[in-house]
Amino acid sequence: MQFTSVDFQRNVSKALNDPFLQQALQRGMHGFVGKRADAVSAVPEFEQLRDEARDIKNHTLTYLDYYLEKFEASVTRLGGHVHWASDAREARELVLEICRKAKAKTITKGKSMAGEEIDLNEALEAAGHEVVETDLGEYIIQLAKEPPSHIIAPAVHKTRDQVSDLFHEHHRALGFEQRLTEVPALVDEARQVLRRKFLSADVGITGANFLIAETGSNVIVTNEGNGDLTSTLPRVHVVTAGIEKVLPTLEDMTVLMRVLARSATGQEASTYTTVFSGPRRAGDRDGPEEYHVVLIDSGRTAILGGEFQDILRCIRCGACLNHCPVWGSVGGHAYGWCYSGPMGAVLTPLLKDLEAAKHLPNACTLNGRCEQNCPVRIPLPALLRKLRHRQYEARLTSAMTRYGLRLWTFLATRPALYRLAFAAVARSLRVLGGRRGALSRVPFAGGWTAGRDLPVPQGTTFQSQWRARNES
Amino acid sequence: MSENPNVALFVTCLVDLMRPGVGFASVQLLEQAGCRVTVPREQTCCGQPAFNNGDDDDARAIARRVIAAFEPFDHVVAPSGSCAGMLKKHYPELFAGEAGWEERAQAFAARCHELTSFLVDVMSFEPRAIEYKTTATYHDSCSGLRELGVKRQPRQLLDAVSGLQIVEMQDAEVCCGFGGTFCVKYPDISIKIVSDKVANIERTAAVTVLGGDLGCLLNIAGRLKRLKRNTKVMHVAEVLAGRGDSAPGIAEQE
Ligand code: SF4
Repeated sequence: MQFTSVDFQRNVSKALNDPFLQQALQRGMHGFVGKRADAVSAVPEFEQLRDEARDIKNHTLTYLDYYLEKFEASVTRLGGHVHWASDAREARELVLEICRKAKAKTITKGKSMAGEEIDLNEALEAAGHEVVETDLGEYIIQLAKEPPSHIIAPAVHKTRDQVSDLFHEHHRALGFEQRLTEVPALVDEARQVLRRKFLSADVGITGANFLIAETGSNVIVTNEGNGDLTSTLPRVHVVTAGIEKVLPTLEDMTVLMRVLARSATGQEASTYTTVFSGPRRAGDRDGPEEYHVVLIDSGRTAILGGEFQDILRCIRCGACLNHCPVWGSVGGHAYGWCYSGPMGAVLTPLLKDLEAAKHLPNACTLNGRCEQNCPVRIPLPALLRKLRHRQYEARLTSAMTRYGLRLWTFLATRPALYRLAFAAVARSLRVLGGRRGALSRVPFAGGWTAGRDLPVPQGTTFQSQWRARNES
Repeated sequence: MSENPNVALFVTCLVDLMRPGVGFASVQLLEQAGCRVTVPREQTCCGQPAFNNGDDDDARAIARRVIAAFEPFDHVVAPSGSCAGMLKKHYPELFAGEAGWEERAQAFAARCHELTSFLVDVMSFEPRAIEYKTTATYHDSCSGLRELGVKRQPRQLLDAVSGLQIVEMQDAEVCCGFGGTFCVKYPDISIKIVSDKVANIERTAAVTVLGGDLGCLLNIAGRLKRLKRNTKVMHVAEVLAGRGDSAPGIAEQE
């Protein structure tokens, strides 16, 4: 996908002025929040589980090299292949090579954020493969030629009406004449279209929710079962996953599973949870002949061991997006890359470009609702603040902000001067506003008054009133 | 500790400039609760603008002065969850690993409080003979709520105000879009978020909005005023000090 984080401001105004998007956001988000709250309150030990989940991830990250090698050994033992990709380009080439060798015509894909991250679809299509996304949301945005706007609900920005139009336009040629409008009918139509693809695919590419070092397995959770069909029906199964997805044991996975679905959609468990372990063995009735795992670094080892390591605990549940007032206002596309919301605002500058993505860590009120709901307790606001610090040190912070802060600090460390300055500002605002209570336009405060009045100070400053009172 | 602790009021820059009444109400409440109150003259700002914009050096420069000025007191109380959160949670982070200052910041942090939680949890204070006939809704400001666990305390105090009925709005715990410098750096998003907040306020029967952080209240009041609404916006301290009827609301004509 096009990387547009640098245009964040423009993306934001577009998003705020898109009535369809606003309608979709309004509708989409509240459901997630309420369902998570209900699901969590039904599990008395949920807070403990979050601690355990955090600890398991921390342990794994501390010994990541060990567990990755163990994972590779386990996969090899099963007859599969592990490939190491240091960056997105290498990852693409590895997948392309596998598909080329398999002489793949049609490729089905389960939803994979790692795939989005490395722009896999574009590369596969450019190489002449037919690529079909099989997760309903991903399928919708593939038809719309748009990137996902949410890590677990990629098409949440689309209204039902827009989906009806898309299906009608693209499915007509396949013999579906009628424009359907009801959700179950739309889902059913997509199923019929996708079923043909599942059966004809040569290669299936999925992501992984977890990779298990002990068994060499990859674990996928979905609500549509599309992951299973993508993995088991084609001759070749390719998994694309970031290196931080590995966990020591299946036992560990069960802890993470208990927090994942509840945090994501408010379900106790996703409808389908499948543990895939290698290619088909003699006597197996299904499964792929070849099994490949492409492990993607692409900036992750640079994060490991540093002040941002906590973000590598992320299990991509989407709770931080669902609870973010900024994400809820502008949706995911405004962030300009496949990851959005709080986790995206941390990951994008780190994995892509600190400067190009400089707005992302700043466009946040630091309200902390993301951290409050993160199943693995990632201190997202603290990480965003650290990124701001990194930007400040790298002189990426705007000159206006820098000078403003210098001036502010100059005053704040000189109390006598500060009191004079504040008294003067209070006086000026009183002069401007009189007893009206509020001002609709104020010099140098255009940002504030664009949609708000500026309240007028009550009188002189507290400090001067307090002094007057205590001296008389 | 004595029954009449020495308490320093950290006024906060916004109260100092925009709404001195909140400062006086805080002093009054603290005194009623039995504290000996001092307003240290050397105070300015807690350093949040610098800290939240990544300028840690300047934040530390300000923090050192705040700590020095307020250290002599038994408690430091601020009528703001956001500034109290800065003193209590972020000063120790700022000085982590800095010999001498780290311990100092931690010892200092342990004595810092947000006003309503100090009144309830430390002083077991109950307002007496306060009346304010209104239906109000309460906005939980984010830092107070999530960094300091302020939720029950203001409601418990308001419960003792006769005539006052609190009706909860939907998403009371969701940010109002203020976010310090965020509101002027990203005004479009900020205004969208505060518009959602105002919509939630208006879906209740409340004619008054209360909260414990002036930044949020200025934001909400500014938006309401722009929409030409008459909803009254006040800091919880003002109501608890018995000024609910006498003081004009934030952004309201005098
Ligand atoms: S940062 Fe936490 S809440 Fe956000 S997607 Fe990752 S695990 Fe979920």
